[in-house]
Amino acid sequence: MLVNRERGLETYRRMLRIRLFEEAASKLYTLGKVPGACHCSIGQEAAIVGACIALRDDDYITGTHRSHGHPIGKGAKLDALMAELMGKATGICKGRGGSMHLADGGVGILGESAIVGGGIPLAAGAALSAKVRGTDQVSLSFFGDGASNQGTFHETLNMSAVWKLPVVFFCENNQYALTTSVASSHGQPDIAKRATGYGIPGVIVDGQNVVAVYEATSAAVARARSGEGPTLIEAKTYRFDEHQVGLNIIGEPYRTVTEVQEYTERRDPLVLYREVLLSGGIAQEELNEIEQEVAEAVRHSIEFAEASSMPDPLDVYQHMYVNPINYPPRVRA
Amino acid sequence: MSAAVEVELPAMQRMSYMEAIVQAQIEEMHRDPRVILMGEDLAIYGDGKVLSTFGKQRVWSTPISENSFSGMAVGAAMTGLRPIVALSIASFMYLASDQIINQAGKLHYMTGGQMKVPAVFRCSLYYDKSIAAQHSDRPYPMFMNAPGLKIIAPSTPGDMKGLLKAAIRDDDPVLVFEDSTLWTTKEDVSMDREVVAPIGKADIKRAGSDVTIVAIAGSIKPAMAAAKELQLQGVSAEVLDPRTLVPLDKEAILRSIAKTHRLVVVDNANRTCGAAAEIVAMAAEEGFDYLLKPIQRLAVPDVHIPFSPPLERVLYPSKEDVIAAVKRIL
Repeated sequence: MLVNRERGLETYRRMLRIRLFEEAASKLYTLGKVPGACHCSIGQEAAIVGACIALRDDDYITGTHRSHGHPIGKGAKLDALMAELMGKATGICKGRGGSMHLADGGVGILGESAIVGGGIPLAAGAALSAKVRGTDQVSLSFFGDGASNQGTFHETLNMSAVWKLPVVFFCENNQYALTTSVASSHGQPDIAKRATGYGIPGVIVDGQNVVAVYEATSAAVARARSGEGPTLIEAKTYRFDEHQVGLNIIGEPYRTVTEVQEYTERRDPLVLYREVLLSGGIAQEELNEIEQEVAEAVRHSIEFAEASSMPDPLDVYQHMYVNPINYPPRVRA
Repeated sequence: MSAAVEVELPAMQRMSYMEAIVQAQIEEMHRDPRVILMGEDLAIYGDGKVLSTFGKQRVWSTPISENSFSGMAVGAAMTGLRPIVALSIASFMYLASDQIINQAGKLHYMTGGQMKVPAVFRCSLYYDKSIAAQHSDRPYPMFMNAPGLKIIAPSTPGDMKGLLKAAIRDDDPVLVFEDSTLWTTKEDVSMDREVVAPIGKADIKRAGSDVTIVAIAGSIKPAMAAAKELQLQGVSAEVLDPRTLVPLDKEAILRSIAKTHRLVVVDNANRTCGAAAEIVAMAAEEGFDYLLKPIQRLAVPDVHIPFSPPLERVLYPSKEDVIAAVKRIL
């Protein structure tokens, strides 16, 4: 189990919140209630929550287009997240972000970047800021295997190593960037090995095992907080669903049914962690209670979102500038 | 107030455009410990003085990684600092443009106002120096097309000091295009640390009544020279410097053409979709009734900046070009 009883159960709660929130979001998307695109991280909950639970409330996170899990993992409330998925005025980003950008600043999420690799420098910048301001905050950047081939990965890891910034680079390697496999896009399959090139530690961890992820991240966070610099963590994980809900990919399948089954049936992080908790002496009833509580929270978020109003089109210019000058522009008739 | 003895400073000091850039940063970094400077090889440019004044916790000399150190400035800005990023030559803005456009300019909006990005991205328009096409671009029009940013392009030392200080104090991302053809221009500049110039306000550099010449950044030089010569010929030209390109001070331009009824726009950026194009379109849409003659647009033709001096020199609008344009519409 994780650290202690309370932390251990909170970890389970957050993993389950991601799972049930995303299962609901997928259905709502199919029903046409969630516009745009909906990318789920079902299957990756242990990687996300194991990392988040190793952070303090005042630590920072940047994330990706597969953005639902990061705020939930860091402890965000669900109502404003679900409302955002539906494009409502009460959404966490007031209907200006949507599924790919569920940034909740209240729990330290600085941004969920749909430009692959875009959040990596932001996290290092937050770490540089903590260093200049003299706080002991740490920042953690979630990114995928695809992002590790972006220039921002190389540039930022190098600068962070040079300056010993308090940042953790956390790769959720779900093995496919949309349909492009790691095998077909990386010179060698272990992204963590690249850390050697920057003179920082690189750690590979089983991303389906939340305790292992927590332990690896805690070590990296401790190292960052004590001023020793960044760590690259690669959590080998798996995306159970398609790249995005409803995506129809024509032609030769890019992953086999057997491979998907191996993960969904034998390596489901929630099932695995539930077993850990039970064998650690947590009563079945206690887990059932958490499961009901989380289901209720998700139901409540849907009710809240559905009852919320759509934003007023007249407000479209709001939040373009903190300090608007001659804005929105007035056009003379 | 501290108990330290205040040494009285002169109210005004003669300084160059380049010195104004350095002075503005030093004043703001003294004023606000949240202000930091980041960039490449800072020691060899004017910013060397900033580096020696403040040291390494405030001045970060970076590897050659424009996109990511710009992105780091965005992350630092979101978490309590007010970074100035010195991108040296304006053509390098292209490398940083992903983080500037997709993160700095968009995050306040995309987070529904949760985040703010008070960062300044500086670069010099380094043209007319025989350094060929990959160092000589004047790319501000491209960024004018990316909402969420504020863009300034001052033309005098006083405006530079005042506007750069305003940019550092502003809560939104501001791009500063410093025209290297003006680096050595000198004038008396206020040394009052609290004097800032307003973002979004144009300035009439020379009042006149027969024609309005709107001149952007370095094109102020041929515009002013032309106005002086036209005066001798009995033509009174008003020269207006927008100073800020986003948000553009439309009212000032419209007020001027309401008075003069004629408009010439001069710009050293490329012609297609340029800053001049935007000003001309705005004037045609909103000031058509004031105008007696067709608007004249002088800009650099859509060609790469060549290396050889005689090839390059002819591309930028000259005093003679401005005079000829004015005469076409008198």
